[in-house]
Amino acid sequence: MLIKKPADIRPSEITSKENYLNRRDFIRAGSIAGASLLAGPAVGAIVPDQRRAKLADVARSKFSTIEVPNSYEDITTYNNFYEFGTGKDDPYRNALDFDPRPWSITVDGHAEKTGTFHFEDFIKPFDLEERIYRMRCVEAWSMVIPWVGISLADVVKHYQPTSKARYVAFETLHDPVRMPGQRRRVLDWPYREGLTIAEASNALPILAVGVYGETMPNQNGGPIRLVVPWKYGFKGIKSIVRIHFAEKQPQTSWNMAAAREYGFYANVNPEVDHPRWSQARERRIGAGLFAAKQPTLMFNGYGEQVAHLYDGLDLRKNY
Amino acid sequence: MNTLQKVRFVGKPLVFLLCLAPAALVVGDALEISGRLGANPVEEIQDRFGIWGIRFIMITLAVTPLRRITGWNWLLRFRRMLGLFTFFYVLMHFLNWLILDQGLLMSAIIEDLTLRPFITLGFTALLLLAAMAVTSTNGMRRRLGRRWDKLHYSAYAVGILGVWHYWWQVKKDTSDAWIYAIILAVLLGYRLWWRRRHQKNRGG
Repeated sequence: MLIKKPADIRPSEITSKENYLNRRDFIRAGSIAGASLLAGPAVGAIVPDQRRAKLADVARSKFSTIEVPNSYEDITTYNNFYEFGTGKDDPYRNALDFDPRPWSITVDGHAEKTGTFHFEDFIKPFDLEERIYRMRCVEAWSMVIPWVGISLADVVKHYQPTSKARYVAFETLHDPVRMPGQRRRVLDWPYREGLTIAEASNALPILAVGVYGETMPNQNGGPIRLVVPWKYGFKGIKSIVRIHFAEKQPQTSWNMAAAREYGFYANVNPEVDHPRWSQARERRIGAGLFAAKQPTLMFNGYGEQVAHLYDGLDLRKNY
Repeated sequence: MNTLQKVRFVGKPLVFLLCLAPAALVVGDALEISGRLGANPVEEIQDRFGIWGIRFIMITLAVTPLRRITGWNWLLRFRRMLGLFTFFYVLMHFLNWLILDQGLLMSAIIEDLTLRPFITLGFTALLLLAAMAVTSTNGMRRRLGRRWDKLHYSAYAVGILGVWHYWWQVKKDTSDAWIYAIILAVLLGYRLWWRRRHQKNRGG
């Protein structure tokens, strides 16, 4: 039987970078005006369940870079998301039919508040913010992505971790029927990631629910994914269904697959090479065929916010 | 036309154009005529030339087994061209890395060539291919005599180095590299088997 797949996005629907930038100025002006009028608590995050639906009440962030974001097309067609295949454009093609609803997230482990929550209820207590972050992949390419998300630090605080909670562990949905890449054991499913509680309580990490002011595309880890801008991209676990407050350092997928190549910390570090390639420079996606690689910055340029987290830690050993 | 003429005036020009098609497609996609190179064009070009380099060494190494099995001796007349195309695709793969990827930054190039074993392997294969390409003319073959045969046995080494290089650079999903490794094992295994059988027959 031939099942015709609906085209995901018509080229005409893609917001041009120029329009997007204008739109952002407009939203900025609007949200500043709105904030001064309301000056009260926000209504809480609401994320519609349609594809590419506009997200409302998105605040700007002082952590956003002024660098020009990559195009929507680059961000959504060049992905590492092995749950939908190992090729760079596999997620774009194979995640078309994925329906991220209903979605629930289980919070468990060493915290005062635990339970399983509908996605909508999970994000409701928090505010949506746009964070335009650099994203540095361990494969030595990078992008600039205008995420929309909620602060992970706020989420951590909300669930009141106990003193035993030294790490926050995350898990991706494990459903080989809906995620065809999981039918092959390329990685030990489900995908797992983790942060120290100090890292998770830092101001930078977000649980992202959108990109370019719209709901998160499946291939980018919809409906909700982690973004930790000073770490290599693989730390940004996608399509999260479980958040676990742990006492011991959790196992993480790429570390399990090749411990010598991918550490638990995985901080962007131009001085510590991957055993098979240099991390000193990176190729900025969208820069064009003849653009030179650019130097990679320590902590991906976020050292001011995060370097103190690693005082006294040998980053050569704890890569 | 006899077989020789067919090979020369029809077969060779046709095969030549066919061998050029993957490269033409890269150019066409780069100019966004035939398609697109995607979000990371430098990587896409790198991968395409690389994989065609591997495919061409496999095709070249398939000539002898095919000829022996089918008895089509005229196949041998295409072997040099196929070998030279292997060199062409591997050279393009190398030049793309040198110029577009590394931007001719000498320190980075030397670091990669010496510190990254999979790159050392690939570079060794390129040097062997270059030596074979330079000595591929009829004149060189005559002049080198027996030594020519020895040198051109390194086509086997190129196959092994190529697959090894491919295997080593893959992050996790080695399934494609496996396929090429199996094809190579069949191509080289056939030669071992044939040689043993041949020697036995001669001995008996």
